[in-house]
Amino acid sequence: MEKELRLMKGNEAIAEAAIRAGADAYFGYPITPQSEVIEYLMTQEPHKRTGMVVLQAESEVAAINMVYGAAACGRMAMTSSSSPGISLKQEGLSYIAGAELPCLVLNVVRGGPGLGTIQPAQSDYFQSTKGGGHGDYRLIVIAPASVQEMYDSVELGFDLAFKYLNPVMVLADGIIGQMMEKVELGEQKQRRAPEAIAKQCPWATVGKPTTRERNIITSLDLVAANQEKFNIKLQNKYHEIQEKEVRYEMINCDDAEYIIVAYGSSARLSMKAMDILRAKGIKVGIFRLITLFPFPSKQLFDLADKVKGFLAVEMSAGQMIEDVQLAIQFKKPAKHFGRFGGVIPSPEEIANAMEQKIIGG
Amino acid sequence: MSEITLQDIIKEENLVYKKSKVMTNNTLSYCPGCGHGTAHRLIAEVIEELGIQSETIGVCPVGCSVLMYNFLDIDMQQAAHGRAPALATAIKRIMPEKYVFTYQGDGDLAAIGTAETIHACNRGENITIIFINNGIYGMTGGQMAPTTLPGMPASTCPFGRNVELMGNPLKMTELVANLAGVYSVTRQSVHTPRNVRRAKKALLQAFENQKLKRGVSFVEIVSNCNSGWKLTPRKANEWMEENMFPFYPLGDIKVDGQLVTK
Repeated sequence: MEKELRLMKGNEAIAEAAIRAGADAYFGYPITPQSEVIEYLMTQEPHKRTGMVVLQAESEVAAINMVYGAAACGRMAMTSSSSPGISLKQEGLSYIAGAELPCLVLNVVRGGPGLGTIQPAQSDYFQSTKGGGHGDYRLIVIAPASVQEMYDSVELGFDLAFKYLNPVMVLADGIIGQMMEKVELGEQKQRRAPEAIAKQCPWATVGKPTTRERNIITSLDLVAANQEKFNIKLQNKYHEIQEKEVRYEMINCDDAEYIIVAYGSSARLSMKAMDILRAKGIKVGIFRLITLFPFPSKQLFDLADKVKGFLAVEMSAGQMIEDVQLAIQFKKPAKHFGRFGGVIPSPEEIANAMEQKIIGG
Repeated sequence: MSEITLQDIIKEENLVYKKSKVMTNNTLSYCPGCGHGTAHRLIAEVIEELGIQSETIGVCPVGCSVLMYNFLDIDMQQAAHGRAPALATAIKRIMPEKYVFTYQGDGDLAAIGTAETIHACNRGENITIIFINNGIYGMTGGQMAPTTLPGMPASTCPFGRNVELMGNPLKMTELVANLAGVYSVTRQSVHTPRNVRRAKKALLQAFENQKLKRGVSFVEIVSNCNSGWKLTPRKANEWMEENMFPFYPLGDIKVDGQLVTK
């Protein structure tokens, strides 16, 4: 069969991917730079294409709680927003993690704090990977670096969400959301029938038949000992995710003496910086994170024995760098370079930072 | 002639009351005298009588009735504080043929969840919203609610609600009645047998309305909180009649999509 190729924005690609993946519901609230997600969905009339429910909610708070309601029915539900809106979703995310429900949340990050700016940033790394809401929980965080990966993140995200019964965040940024690239589209998948959902999600609240006990979706347990037991179960799940689901890409790392660690748009920008440095005879490789949680700590720890230093490049004032330093246990120098508040670093700046902070440093 | 034994009396035709099979055998966690237990029982009876136990999904709030799922034998979701109408929106839109209801206190529905309540009502979601209004935060220990009456004491207004400082009580029920997406609105109580019968009829109608797909059916139950009000159960009911009902008058407010003119 011939490939179906289309030129799309990242925000449009992820919306099309949701329809084609057979997602059951999308709930969202407009915010720049990701409003194209719901705009595109509305133009597609998914209720006609697949029966998918798409609703513009009154707030990000309502949207994430609609996701909770749909996910608790065993449905493939998603929402999207950008940084200030994602802050509003933290309560809901904590409840979703606490109730062990699967869902997909897209954050097209913009500069903060506060209302910040509408330009691209990566300054929500801490919020995404360390919790964000209250309690001991983790999101699985996927960081796409292209429009194609935005598209692919839907299927991967829902797979992981249902496998581990955990919310999954796609952490993009304004560049990935807004830029247009060629995308290879997948086939239209059928939405799961109610019988299949009841079988896959025996916990789903879809109405209690006489054949089973009632299903209850809650994150409440007033007995502290039980709540601790539940938390241990959650932690075991996160450990399993850490063991099995680390994803990353190593580019020119075989002969590299210096490593750029980056994800998303920063990894794309760093490709050019690597070319600049290699042209000068400096052997630079890129370690691109695809999952931010789980973080590839072991892989970076091992890599630290083979190289001279690391530069963490991110469009933030320095967040991921903390995980890089922890991962390599300070075996080699690891420093941060970033532009932030919506400013995108140039490849030349990244190359200079590597020369000055790591090679010359 | 042989004597009549207890076994002779326990017969179906002699039965005047039995627990609904939609109620579980768990002991209610409510204070003696509280109206929640009665309201739960009525919902269970309505679900049983309509034969919709396998088709009903309930959403319980944060507050005293957070553990409602322990008492009703149906599939239930527990919502974050105030967000029940958002959950119910999604459940109903995904499964339009099911019966979906929320059960919310005054803090949940009329304070932290005001936006979710108004917008679910305004969108005309085909759900039933059951609003228990006792004018106080029961679970957290008797703090002022959006529905606390002027002059009424609570732990965060120990000298009574001063409307100049603390604002006025909010009549959410009258407010949502004016929204186009709301099909029926009624205010009931469950403190006397007569009121219980009326409230049950209202609840039955509110669930049946879901079949019409004409929007929200909203049932407020003005109830008591003898613990929070610091009154005996009997005194609390008297106080409710004397103070709550004049401010929150019982009766239908919107019927078949039309506001009731008085």
